[in-house]
Amino acid sequence: MFNAKVKDKIATGIIYTLSGIIVIILASLLLYILGSGLRYVNWDFLTSTSSDFSKGSGVGVQLFNSFYLLVISMLISIPISVSSGIYLSEYAGKSKIVNVIRISIEVLSSLPSIVVGLFGFLVFVIYFHMGFSILSGALTLTVFNLPILTRSVEDSLKAVPGSQREAGLSLGLSKWETVIHVIIPSALPGIITGMVLGAGRIFGEAAALIYTAGQSAPPLEFSNFNIFSPTNPLNLMRPAETLAVHIWKVNSEGLVANADQVSAGSSAILIIAVLIFNLLARYIGNKVYKKITGGE
Amino acid sequence: MLSLILILSGCGKSSYESITAVGSTAVQPLVEQAASKYDLEHDNTYINVQGGGSGTGLSQIQQGAVDIGSSDLYAEQKKGIDASKLVDHRICAVGMVPIVNKEVKVKNLTLTQLKDIFSGKIKNWKEVGGQNLDITIVNRADGSGTRTAFANDVMGDTEFASSQEQDSTGTVRQIVKNTDGAISYVSMPYLDNNTKPLKVNGVKATVENVQSNAWPIWSYEHLYTKGEPKGLTKKFLAYLMTDEVQNKIVKEMKYVPIKDMQYEKDANNKLIKK
Amino acid sequence: MKDTIRESLTQRSKSAKLETRGKIISLSFTAVIVILVISIIGFVAAKGSLIFIKDGVNPFDFLTHTTWKPNTLDANGHPIIGAAPMIVGSFVVTLFAAIIATPFAIAAAVYMTEISSKWGKKILQPVIELLVGIPSVVYGFIGLTVVVPFVKDVAGGSGLGVLSGAFVLFVMILPTITSMTVDALKAVPRNYREASLALGATRWQTTSKVVLRAATPGILTAIIFGMSRAFGEALAVQMVIGNAMLMPTSLVSPSSTLTSVLTMNMGNSVQGSTSNNALWSLALILLLMSLIFNTVTRAIAKRGEF
Repeated sequence: MFNAKVKDKIATGIIYTLSGIIVIILASLLLYILGSGLRYVNWDFLTSTSSDFSKGSGVGVQLFNSFYLLVISMLISIPISVSSGIYLSEYAGKSKIVNVIRISIEVLSSLPSIVVGLFGFLVFVIYFHMGFSILSGALTLTVFNLPILTRSVEDSLKAVPGSQREAGLSLGLSKWETVIHVIIPSALPGIITGMVLGAGRIFGEAAALIYTAGQSAPPLEFSNFNIFSPTNPLNLMRPAETLAVHIWKVNSEGLVANADQVSAGSSAILIIAVLIFNLLARYIGNKVYKKITGGE
Repeated sequence: MLSLILILSGCGKSSYESITAVGSTAVQPLVEQAASKYDLEHDNTYINVQGGGSGTGLSQIQQGAVDIGSSDLYAEQKKGIDASKLVDHRICAVGMVPIVNKEVKVKNLTLTQLKDIFSGKIKNWKEVGGQNLDITIVNRADGSGTRTAFANDVMGDTEFASSQEQDSTGTVRQIVKNTDGAISYVSMPYLDNNTKPLKVNGVKATVENVQSNAWPIWSYEHLYTKGEPKGLTKKFLAYLMTDEVQNKIVKEMKYVPIKDMQYEKDANNKLIKK
Repeated sequence: MKDTIRESLTQRSKSAKLETRGKIISLSFTAVIVILVISIIGFVAAKGSLIFIKDGVNPFDFLTHTTWKPNTLDANGHPIIGAAPMIVGSFVVTLFAAIIATPFAIAAAVYMTEISSKWGKKILQPVIELLVGIPSVVYGFIGLTVVVPFVKDVAGGSGLGVLSGAFVLFVMILPTITSMTVDALKAVPRNYREASLALGATRWQTTSKVVLRAATPGILTAIIFGMSRAFGEALAVQMVIGNAMLMPTSLVSPSSTLTSVLTMNMGNSVQGSTSNNALWSLALILLLMSLIFNTVTRAIAKRGEF
């Protein structure tokens, strides 16, 4: 029999090995994506328009679409998720109905994205006649985003110590005023972190967008001020293929002459974007935290 | 919020002329190419081209949700579609070509051999003059246009053997390229040098051989409209039939211009000499 | 003349009005979420049950039969729809992915919380968070170009099949399971560890007998959550599993999952047709499974409450 000390050593060794393997897998994954993609990424690739048949395609439009879609869906989902986060953490209590609400949110968060995408397709695209558009895509992404955001808002609010609430109430503020002026500001770092991480997740979503935001990207003219023209970048009703969808399409159809380069390059860009989101989340979280706590 | 959405979607439609074409991924690149050319030449028009598959194209046009529904097969051949309400515009023909892994030594198959391979009767390449190597069938998604056309022209009433299936041409090529003894089929525009196309009955797959029906495996690319086309839809469909599109884009992409076809196939796959 | 004092006393104050308004707003937005969930469930349930109601498919046959031919009728005039190969495929892939991922996730979590929180925070945590954001298309693409050839060389066959699917899903759900396990371990009160160490237990004894045991419900939740992600993953799996609607006979025989069949065939079927209804019934199974996963996690959470 091994004695406890030897066992401890062996176990620690195993843990180190397994953790090491994870780091190796993850690192090689990242290096593979960046290594095979970064060399195709240059200014031209980032800004020129894509073509499905001829050579020399870029992903400028798709990149813009990804960001625009993200912004729109955030604009829709933030008010909803913040409000319901407030409700769940401050007003709800523990009744049967609240339980139903919680289960709903959990169910929503575990739905396969393909199911959400098909729902969005039949409801937004066809039933509400929005067609393949940014709006359909953004609403579908909102369905995704809501549970994650609501959860993170609720968790951040709950993490605020009860004494702060009592302080607000004892100053004669109503509950709502306490929430708005006291609780939310101190929960802000957590809320923002949750939002930026959620943004990273929907940035790379493809399955839900294929049938909602569409698979084609009309070339954009940034000098076009007619909001209803499909070449106006801000038009909500134009179809908008995102970067993740573009990777899927280029890979699955493969008619583009430089399909391998386009998908490798786009993957690298996506990873970098997600990296930036993560760093941003940390940075903003820290900054806001410092500002509010008044520390350094 | 909902009313805002409705207002926005309402306005979006009225201020410029725009149509949407949805459906077959096989013809999508061609229509996309033609559409962007058309948009460049005409002001305030926008032709929105989406994939989604032939089934999506046909059901969307049947519901009137889009202006053009594209399909690789006749509407009559698709269950659940009432073809009498749709108007067929055949814009080109396209050949389907069996492709194999490059290591496979076989260069030519008869139509019967091809059928026996896909029905599972022939299981090894040595039975058709190749090396001793098991055949791996990579079929296409059930209900897809390419598979239906292949089934009509090669399989007849014989059923496909159960095998792996892929929807997208890109993945099919990738798998055939990586798998020893693999065989699949793609439409002609998607041929590339990662895989080896086979001759059938000694005939090579070329645009000319499809025109003369010497290459027997081909079908049409259909654009369907609900009732007779009007406005931009009509103009765009007419544009697709001009020499500018037919002789340039269509030919460049290895589709076959419709008026060059010396034979016709009807919805029951009956061959008629023009 | 107006009695302003009286007015201000009898009327509801501004802040009371604000309070009501705030409550109503927050409640109504919460209602939006609930309505959304109910409509998605109702919608998928309605679409997914058509095949049983309209086309008369026996739900039991649907779950147990192995032939999937929606366009062919059997002797009784019902379409032949047996989803067993896909259901088995989904479960096998998910289970394998979870079995491979769990030891890694627990090891990484123990490392991050019990051994070196500094290094864990600096390297493991950011990398894991980054991996959550990699789109599944990219995983599928790498799966097809790296994992499939590797599996083909090592295990034989064409490389496409359950094993490749499980490998790809393993990497995809690893971050989820790890970060949730970390949370579970962190939630174990500090004094548990101190008490154990004070009794003279080694670090491993403390970790295995006290910390991991106390965190078991949380870890189980993490694993099941990871499994539910794996179960619902579509694009990446579809690229590496081979999509043959056959019962998986070995780890390297091409097979299919519910999601892969769904994504592959949806576009090729006509809305309202038998084959389309059949696909929606697969979506219904996916929905039911995510409800089941949910119920299980809730049950575990309830039993595990301190």
